[in-house]
Amino acid sequence: MRDDLVLRVVAKLMIPFVVVFGVYVLFHGDFGPGGGFQAGVIAAAAIILYGIVYGLPTARRVVPDWLVEAMMAAGVLLFAGVGVMGLALGGNYLDYFVLDRDPVHGQHRGIFWVEAGVFITVCGVMLKIFYMFADRERVD
Amino acid sequence: MINALLVFMVVVTSALAVQRNLFSVVVLSAIYSFLMATVLVALDAVDVALTEAAVGGGISTVLLLAALYLTRGEEARPIRRPWLPLAMALGVGAMLVYGTLGLPAFSDPEAPIHTHVEPRYIQDGLKETGVPNIVTAVLASYRGYDTLGETTVVFTAGAGVVALLRRRRKKGR
Repeated sequence: MRDDLVLRVVAKLMIPFVVVFGVYVLFHGDFGPGGGFQAGVIAAAAIILYGIVYGLPTARRVVPDWLVEAMMAAGVLLFAGVGVMGLALGGNYLDYFVLDRDPVHGQHRGIFWVEAGVFITVCGVMLKIFYMFADRERVD
Repeated sequence: MINALLVFMVVVTSALAVQRNLFSVVVLSAIYSFLMATVLVALDAVDVALTEAAVGGGISTVLLLAALYLTRGEEARPIRRPWLPLAMALGVGAMLVYGTLGLPAFSDPEAPIHTHVEPRYIQDGLKETGVPNIVTAVLASYRGYDTLGETTVVFTAGAGVVALLRRRRKKGR
């Protein structure tokens, strides 16, 4: 699809908006529909669209394999780390009330980092699966 | 509205079962996902609808198309008539339908799910977490352990795909 001018231009116009929408869904998940999982999928979809239209090697230059693999684990570690922070500050595991002097603000903070963790892992896993599928050669 | 969508979904599912062209199967399953997402919007479950549209209609379709590129476009005819699997599927389906008869009626306010912890989420959720979207508050805060487990499952699934596809590629060379 690399020679299709219309696709290339439309994709180039759309991808920034898709990425911004993904970030919006992540940060606005407290107030509207959305959250880390949906945002991760949307952000991954933007890169996947880029990869489909401009070719896998181009996408790999933007989001390299080592970064994708690191994201897969980093998100889970971030999530678990928020829990450990709660322990360190004298609460239970995944207790957000102790993350700030104001308990409600602590909840906000905990929810934000947890959603960020989900976002990073989901985005990484979706991209990795796409890379692995698209990278294989035809058998017959 | 929901009933009309459910009828559409039955039509799409029947077409899916009959269809042998795998490209049509992928497109039909994407249509099914978008119908499901619309049903979820009609049920006011916008968060789930967003997930269904993005994962079921978007990413899954792309992954299935990528897989389709690697294989043949037609489903092979089965060697034997699949009577036993059909009987199994019908039997399990009948059991599931029988099971739903014991469930409380749709949107019954007296159902256990609406009387256990839900009132507390609705009444105290905003005060305790400061997050207006109850779904986010429940997912990330009240049910943080479950979400941590889910994230771990997503990670494990990704790691499993990596492990499987990497080994295959090395063997082929």
